[in-house]
Amino acid sequence: MTNTMENIVDTKSLTLTKKDFESDQMVKWCPGCGDHAILRAMENVFPELGIPKEDFVVVSGIGCSSRFPYYMNTYGIHGIHGRAAALATGIKLTNPRLSVWMISGDGDSMAIGGNHFIHIARRNPDINYLMFNNKIYGLTKGQYSPTTPQGSKTKTSPQGVFEPPFNPGELVIGAQGKFYARVVDTNLKLMSKIFKEAAEFKGASIIEILANCVIFQNKVHSLITSKETKKDNQLILEEGKPMLFGKENQKGIVLKGTHLKAVEIGKNGVTIDDILVHDPRTADTGIHMMLASMAPPELPAAIGVIRAVKTVTLEEQIWGAVKDVKESSSFNSVDDLLNSGNTWEID
Amino acid sequence: MILKKNKVVELEHAVIRFAGDSGDGMQLTGNLFSDSTAFAGNDFATFPDYPSEIRAPQGTVSGVSGFQIHFGHTDIHTSGDLADVLIAMNPASLKANMRWISKDAIIIVDTDSFIDKNFAKAGYTTDPLADETLTGHLVVKAPLTALTREAVKELNLDNKTAQKSKNMFALGIVFYMFNRDYKKTFSFFESKFKKNPLIVDANKKVLEAGYNFGDTIEAFANTFKVEPAPLKKGVYRNVTGNLATAWGLLAASERAERNIFLGSYPITPASEILQELSKHKEFTAIAFQAEDEIAGIVSAIGASFAGAMAVTSTSGPGLSLKSEAIGLAVITELPIIIIDVQRGGPSTGLPTKSEQSDLMQALYGRNGEAPVIVLAASSASDCFYSAFEASKLALEHMTPVILLTDGSIANGSEVFKIPKVGDLPSIHPPIVEANDESYKPYARDNEKLARRWALPGTEGLRHRIGGLEKEDISGNVSMDPFNHERMSHLRQEKVERVANYIPEQEVIGEAEGDVLVVSWGGTYGVMLTAIEKLISEGKSVGLAHFKHIMPLPKNTKDLFSKYKRIVVCEINMGQFVNYLRMQFPEFRYEQYNKIQGLPFMVTEIEDKVNDFLND
Repeated sequence: MTNTMENIVDTKSLTLTKKDFESDQMVKWCPGCGDHAILRAMENVFPELGIPKEDFVVVSGIGCSSRFPYYMNTYGIHGIHGRAAALATGIKLTNPRLSVWMISGDGDSMAIGGNHFIHIARRNPDINYLMFNNKIYGLTKGQYSPTTPQGSKTKTSPQGVFEPPFNPGELVIGAQGKFYARVVDTNLKLMSKIFKEAAEFKGASIIEILANCVIFQNKVHSLITSKETKKDNQLILEEGKPMLFGKENQKGIVLKGTHLKAVEIGKNGVTIDDILVHDPRTADTGIHMMLASMAPPELPAAIGVIRAVKTVTLEEQIWGAVKDVKESSSFNSVDDLLNSGNTWEID
Repeated sequence: MILKKNKVVELEHAVIRFAGDSGDGMQLTGNLFSDSTAFAGNDFATFPDYPSEIRAPQGTVSGVSGFQIHFGHTDIHTSGDLADVLIAMNPASLKANMRWISKDAIIIVDTDSFIDKNFAKAGYTTDPLADETLTGHLVVKAPLTALTREAVKELNLDNKTAQKSKNMFALGIVFYMFNRDYKKTFSFFESKFKKNPLIVDANKKVLEAGYNFGDTIEAFANTFKVEPAPLKKGVYRNVTGNLATAWGLLAASERAERNIFLGSYPITPASEILQELSKHKEFTAIAFQAEDEIAGIVSAIGASFAGAMAVTSTSGPGLSLKSEAIGLAVITELPIIIIDVQRGGPSTGLPTKSEQSDLMQALYGRNGEAPVIVLAASSASDCFYSAFEASKLALEHMTPVILLTDGSIANGSEVFKIPKVGDLPSIHPPIVEANDESYKPYARDNEKLARRWALPGTEGLRHRIGGLEKEDISGNVSMDPFNHERMSHLRQEKVERVANYIPEQEVIGEAEGDVLVVSWGGTYGVMLTAIEKLISEGKSVGLAHFKHIMPLPKNTKDLFSKYKRIVVCEINMGQFVNYLRMQFPEFRYEQYNKIQGLPFMVTEIEDKVNDFLND
């Protein structure tokens, strides 16, 4: 009788460490690339999720970020350019028990895979989608991507990029996405925390990681990430907390008319009670969309979980329908189906 | 010239073509006649011929929808060359079908629609019933619309509703002509219009009125009867190729004990496969309608990695879009069944017409050296067995398989002897047991060269695969030149060794002779009918009809060497013949091609082969 508890508790999942997920393959990203920090954050988080190590699957498309599966000791599949969302969806629908992590970049997700990006957001399978946004094509060596700032000179935009960039968060929310977070590659602790929240969220959790490409787009996020300017340009969101930022947390965000506005507490009669309180759970897209759109220098960039709205997942619906149909169907075998409807017998 | 009433003429076989406006219900009429043909014990095959528009302009030739049925006392392998009976619901359907009827065909027309306004729409300058257009034909002129209204008069339906069942009046006449029991069709009305008893009543009355009209007008010198066909003992049903394909996949899923995952995007003429599998969640078949063709196949590859029996279904334009992903399945060596229901191309081409022009795309349409197994189904009912075999080969040899069907067999139907799933071959995918320490992702078995399948979620088998070249055995990424060469040869040889697991090629006719006719895929019925006829006439001819394209059966070369001449017949500009020229350059091949979006006619093949025999 004393053994009962030991028999029930799956101790295997409790003893995992970072080492369990480190692969024996050489990591070939450039020294100083933001991707190294993301890999570390993933290795930190996986052992903490209470999931058996064989239940993780890491899926990717093409690009620097997409070499990721080879660098984690899990089940992994490195797909073709832009299509990782479809791969991940097929895996999750086939075996909903698996913890599916999808790695992609701004070229992979916003350009060639733009269609799949909006559809995975809309369908809401329980997949953790990490989009490394370095605002450049790195692996092909320096062409502009759909998130490269307008006017940037790159190998394929000698006069500066003519096109306005996508804001990934706006796309997620516009496409009926239920979870959207933004993190920076310089904050390992926050990254790990958000990855964990994404893993625990049931649905398509899309995380935009502002990643630095040291070679082709160095410091593209520096206003948001550098030591000197980050306090004024990062609004770190927390559920139920007022939206405060600045060196002494003295600044805040208020809703003025139909716009968000940065204010300073104590100035012009502004008090802490005037500051918006973050509610990532509301289904309403209004404030979430405005938060996703904020950008320096006018407003700080929103960091953290911007939107996390609980709803049914795609695989829950499909497997629920499988169960219902099994219960109501008159076919117990394919033989029953073949012999259904109009048949006739020849003696 | 009216002979004695009710004289019954026995026919060996007959072809009927129902034609009308897209909204006239010709497909339903044809299907009900097919059901009645099944009850009568005949063998039969059908083919629908409809425009790609849902409702093309009413009354025009482009809006004509047709349904042809060929039924007989003997084995029937085709939907028939020319019709013996044409039902033309309006002038446009007469105009559209004059070239598809025999010289002495009986024509039944709805005279109510033969009016000036409709002549113009159909492109007639004068009334075709009044001039020489129909000379030589027995024309049954029936005011179908008025008679239909009359038949349902007491039900007080509005004109529009009343006229809707005029197709059943036409069906009644045809039932009379062929001595069919029209009451058997009543049960269909009862189930189809369960919620509307008035409509059930209306259809019954109209069908009966049509039958009685045939009986009373004395337009027919005689009626016809086709005796039951000597079919083998068993239970039968009617299937279209697309339905048979979906069911063949379900049967394979049951035998392999792997759930189906179908990732697809709707496309003519393949959508019915997606629709049918969407209905069968009781077999844990998941049909995922993706956002495009690429996501369709890629989701299936993901599913295959996770352990499903993965399938994608499409037509030519979709196969083009899937090319890169097929390469991913080739290099990851994951099983997937890719069904291409071919249609006329290039580009959007002829969406509702049939062609065999995707063969080269199936064989070679990918970047890099990317061999896959290619099979081709030979008839509507063979789609069942071909889909089953494609699944077995994909799952056991760990490779993509492309199954080619085509619009004519996919939408055409024929009699199908229902097999027992338990009698079909067993399927054993090489799934790795948990904690198998010997597991290496790219280690292979010695016979098939298939790597093993380690499913995510299984303890002790974590591994990574992907689109980058893999090191032999370990599966690690490798850019080593000699490894790439070795892997390229291994992938090729794996597919070639499938020849050890498929049947030898059969020849219909003598094992040697003057002319060997070669064909493949959906032309089987026509080829068989034509060649059997020539053989029965004593001609020195044989037929080798291929279902296995890549690899070819092992005895192919031997078989080709036994004939003086080889003639390859296909619905394209010569894709299979050119493939054969590459495989066996030692033979001289002649070819006969047709590229009109239409199947071969039996007479065309007979004439052509006779030309070769006499040349």
